[in-house]
Amino acid sequence: MASLTELSRAVENLLGDTVLDSVQSRGEMTIVVDAGLIVDVCTALRDNTDTCFEQLIDLCGVDYSTYGEQDPPRAWQGARYAVVYHLLSVQHNHRLRVKAFLNDDMPMVASVIDVWPCADWFEREAFDLFGIVFEGHPDLRRLLTDYGFIGHPFRKDFPLSGYVEMRYDVEKGRVVYEPVSIEPRTLVPRVIREDSFGHRDP
Amino acid sequence: MNFGPQHPAAHGVLRLVMELDGEVIERIDPHIGLLHRATEKLAESKPFNQSIGYMDRLDYVSMMCNEHAYVMAIEKLLGVSPPIRAQYIRVMFDEITRILNHLLWLGAHGLDIGAMTVFLYCFREREDLMDCYEAASGARMHATYYRPGGVYRDLPDTMPQYEPSKFRSKGKLADLNATRQGSLLDFIWAFTERFPGCVDDYETLLTENRIWKQRTVDIAIVPPETALARGFTGAMLRGSGIEWDLRKKQPYEVYDKLDFDIPVGTNGDCYDRYLCRVEEMRQSNRIVRQCVEWLRSNPGPVMIDDAKLIAPRRETMKRDMESLIHHFKLFTEGYCVKEGEVYAAVEAPKGEFGIYLISDGANKPYRLKIRAPGFAHLSALDAMCRGHMLADVVAVIGTQDIVFGEVDR
Repeated sequence: MASLTELSRAVENLLGDTVLDSVQSRGEMTIVVDAGLIVDVCTALRDNTDTCFEQLIDLCGVDYSTYGEQDPPRAWQGARYAVVYHLLSVQHNHRLRVKAFLNDDMPMVASVIDVWPCADWFEREAFDLFGIVFEGHPDLRRLLTDYGFIGHPFRKDFPLSGYVEMRYDVEKGRVVYEPVSIEPRTLVPRVIREDSFGHRDP
Repeated sequence: MNFGPQHPAAHGVLRLVMELDGEVIERIDPHIGLLHRATEKLAESKPFNQSIGYMDRLDYVSMMCNEHAYVMAIEKLLGVSPPIRAQYIRVMFDEITRILNHLLWLGAHGLDIGAMTVFLYCFREREDLMDCYEAASGARMHATYYRPGGVYRDLPDTMPQYEPSKFRSKGKLADLNATRQGSLLDFIWAFTERFPGCVDDYETLLTENRIWKQRTVDIAIVPPETALARGFTGAMLRGSGIEWDLRKKQPYEVYDKLDFDIPVGTNGDCYDRYLCRVEEMRQSNRIVRQCVEWLRSNPGPVMIDDAKLIAPRRETMKRDMESLIHHFKLFTEGYCVKEGEVYAAVEAPKGEFGIYLISDGANKPYRLKIRAPGFAHLSALDAMCRGHMLADVVAVIGTQDIVFGEVDR
């Protein structure tokens, strides 16, 4: 695998000030870019001979609204949504994670479907699950949820058990939707221990 | 025209809405999500260890490979690495899983496009490998065998045997139990001895078969550039002539110490992908043999020694207060991992299976994204099928090796 320093130098040469933040940890490199420039950044990363990211391995949405909630000093202050792109260069054998944060009320970002055609379903999925709108996507329909589903289930304010449940009604002779009858419950509470707890050196 | 969602050739619940001109495909719109279980959201509500079982159920024909990606992601976040013996066990079971997966794929693919016998042959060998799963983990499919820090337990010294029954003669019983007299490793060794011959049998049935070639040669040709742009990985990419295998290029566990080759296709059609996968089975067999040899001569721990991560032994728990507390904390709360994000990928039988894990320092994942190879492959179904005949759709679904557990998640 090509070294991270080489990759970071190549990315820095290519993108310069466009990179808002660059992190290297656990042998992986993450860059944060402005959501408005995502198509330019992706095209440059794909076409440049030093980076040459021919493949979009993964694209997903993240909802950061409850990040670090149990631990007020570390609670999330930034934008609520992020779109994360995982790129892979087969030629140079390196990976890069590109992140773009989106504002809260109407998360919208340009589609990268013209850069990598496989973004098609990944973007439909992120739209379906997080309500992130990908501008320029030719066919932005729901992908994984039911026909006629309301809401975006992977947002942190969407309950795990959902809002409606479905059953077959014998009298009506069809499937009916009703409000869920089960109470939401937490089996194992979410806790954040202090850093020193169970500390191990990598 | 509508195809599915319940159709034997759909390999699960796939609904296709197709526009046809006569029998020629003009457009395909796959409707997926009929098996969507929100695994990622469920994992966010559970401690790390409790989601390992969900990973088995994603791609339910390559169970341990999915677990592998998940535990690798957790290990990367924790900064621990399993003992060497556990790494060999994992690699051995990854390759057994690959053979399991390719056998199911070969059988189902053959059945779809008109070869009945190969299905029966494949399932005969699958049965033996399922027994290996069972002997190691107790479950024939959904093993939950890999744990962050190693594997659940060491390989057993005895192999379960068939019991006498009035439906079975003494001679038959002795035949069935012939390879089961020793340990699990002996059983696997006996399997690897005969398996190349079995692959030869499948190849006699298919490789030069005229009907098989008519149904697969020059069907759904994918040029290498398209394969890359479409996010193809695994045999789908190698069939198009790109030598890319995470086991070689970004080796994890002990793959860099093992000797194996990567088969690559030339045309990128269904036939090439078939040849690639068949050769992969032979290569997996080689890897399994190397692992068995190593495991036989190198006993050792299969779990790291870390009380905050691994449940204590039952007997120490009964005697030692501290162990009892650790046990209690582990099973009621789990363990907290460090804040950060990782992406861990393994070369699953179908392609690159990746886990993107974000942790905010809690005892549960903050966000878990599963990168399923089948998802990217299926999204290219439309592009691969255009201009082909209706009957070829079945061949293309077969060659993509689609499993809905991982596509829908």
